[in-house]
Amino acid sequence: MRTKRSHAMRGLAVLAAAGVLATACASERDSSSGEELNETKPFVFAAPGDARSLDPFYATDGETFRVTRQIYNTLLKHESGGSEIVGDLASSWEQNDEGTVWTFDLEQDVTFHDGEKFNAEAVCANYDHWFNLKGDFQDSNVSYYWQKIFGGFAENENDDLPPANYKSCTAEEEFKAVIEVDKYSANLPGGFSMAAFGIMSPKVLAAQADSEVTGEPGAFEFPAYSQDPAAVAGTGPYRAVGWDKASQEIKLERFDEFWGEAAGIKTIIIKTISDENARKQALEAGDIHGYDLVAPADVAPLQEAGFQVPERGVFNVLYLAYQQEGNEALEDLAVRQALSHAVDRQRIVDTILPEGSEVATQFMPDTLTGWSPDVTEYEYDPEKAKDMLADAGVADLEIDFCYPTEVTRPYMPAPRDIFDIIKADLEAAGVTINEEALPWGDYIPKTDSGGCSLYLLGWTGDFNEAYNFLGTWFGHYDSGWGFRNDDIFDGLDAVANEPDPAKRETMYQELNVEIMDFLPGLPISHSPPSIAFSADVNPPTVSPLTQEDFSEATWK
Amino acid sequence: MSTKTDKIDRLAELTAKRGGRDGHGASLWREAFGRLRRSPMAMAGTVIVGAFVIIAIIGPWIAPYDPTAQAWGNEVFPNRNMFVGPRGENWFGLDHLGRDQFSRMVIGARQSLLVGVVATLLGFAAGAILGGIAGAAAGLGKSWGRRIDTILMRFTDMMLAIPALLLAVSVAALMGQSLATVMIAVGVAQVPIFARLLRGSMLAQAHSDYVLAAKATGIKRKRIVLAHILPNSVGPVLVQATLTLATAIIEAAALSYLGLGSPDQSIPEWGTMLADAQRFLSGAPQLAIYPAIAIIITALGFTLLGEAMRESLDPKLRK
Amino acid sequence: MLRFVVRRLLQLVPTLLGLSVLLFLWVHALPGGPEYSLLGEDATTEQREQLRQSLGLNDPIWIQYGRFMGKLLQLDFGTSLATGQPVMTEFLNRFPATAELAVTAMLIATVVGIPLGYFAARYRGRLIDTSAVAGSLIGICIPVFFLGFIFKVVFAQHLGILPSAFRQTAGLDATHPTGFFVLDGLLTGEFDAAWDAFLHLVLPGLTLASIPLAIITRMTRASVLEVLGEDYVRTAESKGLQQRVVRGRHILRNAMLPVVTAMGLLTGSLFAGAVLTESVFAFQGMGSFVYQATQTRDYPVLMGFIMLIAVIYVLVNLLVDISYSLFDPRVRVR
Repeated sequence: MRTKRSHAMRGLAVLAAAGVLATACASERDSSSGEELNETKPFVFAAPGDARSLDPFYATDGETFRVTRQIYNTLLKHESGGSEIVGDLASSWEQNDEGTVWTFDLEQDVTFHDGEKFNAEAVCANYDHWFNLKGDFQDSNVSYYWQKIFGGFAENENDDLPPANYKSCTAEEEFKAVIEVDKYSANLPGGFSMAAFGIMSPKVLAAQADSEVTGEPGAFEFPAYSQDPAAVAGTGPYRAVGWDKASQEIKLERFDEFWGEAAGIKTIIIKTISDENARKQALEAGDIHGYDLVAPADVAPLQEAGFQVPERGVFNVLYLAYQQEGNEALEDLAVRQALSHAVDRQRIVDTILPEGSEVATQFMPDTLTGWSPDVTEYEYDPEKAKDMLADAGVADLEIDFCYPTEVTRPYMPAPRDIFDIIKADLEAAGVTINEEALPWGDYIPKTDSGGCSLYLLGWTGDFNEAYNFLGTWFGHYDSGWGFRNDDIFDGLDAVANEPDPAKRETMYQELNVEIMDFLPGLPISHSPPSIAFSADVNPPTVSPLTQEDFSEATWK
Repeated sequence: MSTKTDKIDRLAELTAKRGGRDGHGASLWREAFGRLRRSPMAMAGTVIVGAFVIIAIIGPWIAPYDPTAQAWGNEVFPNRNMFVGPRGENWFGLDHLGRDQFSRMVIGARQSLLVGVVATLLGFAAGAILGGIAGAAAGLGKSWGRRIDTILMRFTDMMLAIPALLLAVSVAALMGQSLATVMIAVGVAQVPIFARLLRGSMLAQAHSDYVLAAKATGIKRKRIVLAHILPNSVGPVLVQATLTLATAIIEAAALSYLGLGSPDQSIPEWGTMLADAQRFLSGAPQLAIYPAIAIIITALGFTLLGEAMRESLDPKLRK
Repeated sequence: MLRFVVRRLLQLVPTLLGLSVLLFLWVHALPGGPEYSLLGEDATTEQREQLRQSLGLNDPIWIQYGRFMGKLLQLDFGTSLATGQPVMTEFLNRFPATAELAVTAMLIATVVGIPLGYFAARYRGRLIDTSAVAGSLIGICIPVFFLGFIFKVVFAQHLGILPSAFRQTAGLDATHPTGFFVLDGLLTGEFDAAWDAFLHLVLPGLTLASIPLAIITRMTRASVLEVLGEDYVRTAESKGLQQRVVRGRHILRNAMLPVVTAMGLLTGSLFAGAVLTESVFAFQGMGSFVYQATQTRDYPVLMGFIMLIAVIYVLVNLLVDISYSLFDPRVRVR
C-alpha cells in the first residue's frame, strides 16, 4: 500500500517537471530583438508610493504626476533632460509687455485618447472649468496648484482664498488660445508646464461636470472618475488601461494616434514598492526594470553589477529651518548664526549624499538664474558656534528638532543619517536637542504649522524660475518659518510682478543676499537624486526636475 | 486557544505538587535543581544568559569608547559603500556614522536587557493582578466569584486572540515611537499568559492536599498564602518569565524593524541597529550580522534555560 | 455533537463582544480623539469640530458604542485614510494573498515538521534528534525579517533562481477569478501563471514557515515520545505487528491530536509573521498592508484588520476544537 507521502513525492516531481518545461519555454522568448521586445515585453518601473488620482489637477504628489505626465500634455513643458521651457501642446507662445496676456499657437493634428479633437476650445474648456470650480473643490487640498499659480476662483466661497489672478481664456482662432491674467506673476510661464494642468478631453469634462468630492474636510476623496482609467482621456503618448489597487499596479499602453513621436515600448507598468531595500532587490533580481530614488550607497554597487544609474542635474535644495516663533532664542540673529556655524555641511555632502552633491550657500541651486555669488557664508567652526551661543546668553540652549521617518525625498536620501549628524554637531556646540521623529504624513502638517523649532525639509523646483523656490517660502508670513520681515516680503512681491527677466535676475540676486543675512534657516545641500535602470533598456533622458518621459525608452 | 492555555495550566498545576516518591519528603525544588544541573541544555543556557547579563551590567566599564560619539565620522562613507571594518582601534569596526561598533554592541546589551526585563516585569505585574484576582475570586467559591473569574479569563482569551505583534502595534499606535512604547507594547502582549498562569496556580493549590491539611489544622489563610502558595508559584513563574524574556527581545527587534521602536538611534539597541543596518548589507554586512547574532544567541540562551527549567520541574513535560 | 458546537459558538460571543469594546476604547484613546481615525492629522480645528458634530461624537459614550457596534455588525469598518477605499474592501482584496502564503507556510511546516519530529522521537538521542531540537530552538529565535532578507540575498540576488518580490511577475497577463493566484492559474488553464505564482510563494513561504516548522517539529517529537511510552504501543509491538502498522495506526494518529490543535494556535503567529514577511518581499497581502498602515497612521485599517484577524483566529481555533473532538470524544465532555 503506497503511503500518502510517496504519492505526494510523485505529484511534486510532476509539478517540478512541468515547471522546468514552462520556464524553458519562457526563456526562449527573451532572445528576440529590441523591436520585437518593444511590442511584447512590458517595462516595469517601481515607484516609492501609490499615485492618488488619474486626473492630475487634484494632486500634489510626485507619484501621481509621474503617471499622469505620460498620459497628458500641458501647454508648455521642459525640454527633455533640462530645465528650459519649450512648447508642448503649444508650438509657440508669446506674452505682452505687461505679462498679462499670453497667446498660444497650438499644435494642429492632436487627438485625445477618446477621439475628441484638440483645439483652442479644448484648452479654454479646461482652464475655464478649473476657474469655475465651486464648493469642496475650492479646498486647498483639492486644487493646490491652481491656487498657487492662478490664485482664487470665479466665485471665492471662502475668505481665506486668494483673489483670482486668472481672468479669461479665449479661443481666438481654431488653434490660437489667449489666456489673460490680472497681473504679471513670476509663476508664469512656468506655471503652464505644471503637471497639474494637464489638458483633459472636453468630452470627459462635460461627462464629469457633476462629479463631486466626497468625504470629510481634511480627508477628501477625489471624484470617482479620477480613479478609473476608462473615464479619463488626455493627449499623451500613453493611455491608462488599468489600475489594480490591490496589487498597486498602474498599466499604461501606447496610444497609436499620438500627435508626436510614438512611444517606444508598448506597455509600461508602474508598481509601488514602498521599501527602499525591496526596490533595489527587485531590480537586482530582474522583477522590475527601473526605480526612482536610489540610495546613495547603492549607486556604485548597482553600476558595478551592470545596471544603469544615469546622473540627473541638480535642481533642489535641502535646508534646516529655524522656526522663530516656537523657541524665543531663535528670534536672535546671533543664535541663528551660531547654529549655522556648528553644522558640518561638508561632511554631510561628502559622506551621506550622492556624487555630484554640493554644499548650498543659499536657498536655490546655481542652475537657476538669480543665484548670487556674493551671499554671506557660514563656515563650519564649532568653537566659534559655542562662543557665539555663550555671548548671546544661551550657552545651555535646549531646542526641539524634528525629522521625517520612512521616507526618502529627492533632496534628502537618508533623513535619519543627516539628522544624526546635525544633532551630534549641535550637541558638540553645547546645545541640548529634543528629537522628534514623525512619519511623513504627520511631518508636513506639523512643520507647516510651526510645531517644530528646528526641522529638515527641502524642495525640488517645479520650473526654471527662482520665484518657485524663494516665493514658496518667503513671499509672505508663513507659519512654517514664523517670521515677519517686510523687506523680504516686499522684495519678493516686487520681483513676482516684474515682467522683465533681466531686471528679475538682479532683484533675485539682491534678495538672496538679504535672505542669507537674515538667515531664516540654513541651506544645507543640493543633490542629484538617482534613478536606476536595468541593463537591457535604453532609458529615457533623465530630468533634473524628475520629469522623465517614458515614451523615450526602448528595449535594447 | 485550548492547547495554549493547557500548557500554561499544566505548568500552573505543578505548584500544587510536592516532590519525592510518595508526595512527602524532599521539596520539589531540590529535585528540580538536581535535574537541572545534569542537563546540558541548562548548562548552555545558563552560560549564555550569564554572559549576557554580566556584559549588560559591566557594559559602561568595558566599552572602550562613548557609543554615541561620531568620533570617526569623516572616515566612513555610506554614500560610497566604504566602511571601516575591524581594526586595532575599533575591534568591531565602525558603524555608518563613525561610531565604535564594539561599544555599541556592549551598551546595546544593556538596552536589550532593559527592554526585556521591564517588559516581562510589566507583563508579570499586570498579569499577576489579573490572575490573582481571578484565582482568588474563583477560589472563594460562590457564583459571583466564579463569574468574576470567567469574565477575567474571557478578557485574557481575547487578548490571546490578537497576535502579539498586532497587539504591540496597536499599543505603539497609541503611544508613538519611543523605548517606553516598545517595553509597554511587548509587556502588554505577555499579560494574558502570566494572568492565566497565576490564576491556574492559585486554583491548583487551593485544592491541593497540603493546603487543605494546613487549613484543617487551623493555620490562618494569610499565612498559607504567604508561606506556601506564593513560594510554590515561583517555579513556573520563573520558567515563564525566562521564556518571555526571549520573546521580548525578538519582539522588540521586530517592532524596531516596523519603525515603531525608539527613534533615538544614538543610544544603541540591537533591534534598531539590526533594522537600520539592513540597507548596508552589501557594503558592510557586519553591521547587521553582529546585532542579528547577538539577538539570536541571547534569545536562544533564555529559551534553553527556560525549557530546561520547565523540564526539570516535571520530566513528563519534556518537550 | 451539535450541542457541543453550539456551546462553543456561544462561548465565542462574549469574547468577540469584549474585543469590540476594547477596539472601541482604543479608537477613542488615540491621541487626538476618534476624529483622527477618520480625518488623519491634517484637519483644522474647525473641520474636526464639524466632524464631531456630524458624527455625533459629542453624544454619550454608550450611544456612540451602540453606533459603533451597529456598523461592525454590518461589516462597516470605515474608510482607509491612505487609499480612500472601504476597509472591508481592502481586507477582501488582500485576504487571498495572505491566505495563500499562510497555507504554503503551514504546508511546509507540516510536511517537513511532522516526519522530522517523528524520526527525532523515534531515534531519540541520535544525531537527527539533537539536530531537530537544536534547529527548532534556533528557528524560533531568528527574527523573521532578517531571515527573509537573507533568503532574498542568497536565492534571488546571488543565485537568481527565485523571484525576490511580489506575487506574480509584473506584466504577466493572468486572469484571477478567485484571488488565489496558483488556484486561478490552474482553474483557467494558464499553467505558466500558476507556476509563476508558485515560484513567488517559495521564499516568503519558507520564511514564514520557520517558526511554525520549529514548533510543529518539537510538538510532534514530544507528542510521539509521550505516546511511545504508552502501554498500547508496547502491546501492539508485542503482538508482532509490522513497524509500519504500529507507526501509522497507533503512534501517529494519537500523537497528531495535540499537533493539530497547535496548528490552530499557530494561525495567530502566522498573521504576525506575515506582517514582517510580506513587507520584506513586497508581497501584497494583509500583512504588508498592516505595515503600511502603521507607517501612515491609518487607524481605520489597523482597527478593522485587527478585529477581523482576531475573529478569524477565534473561528479557526473553534474549527480545530471541533475536529479535535471528533477524534477524541473525551474533549466534548470537558
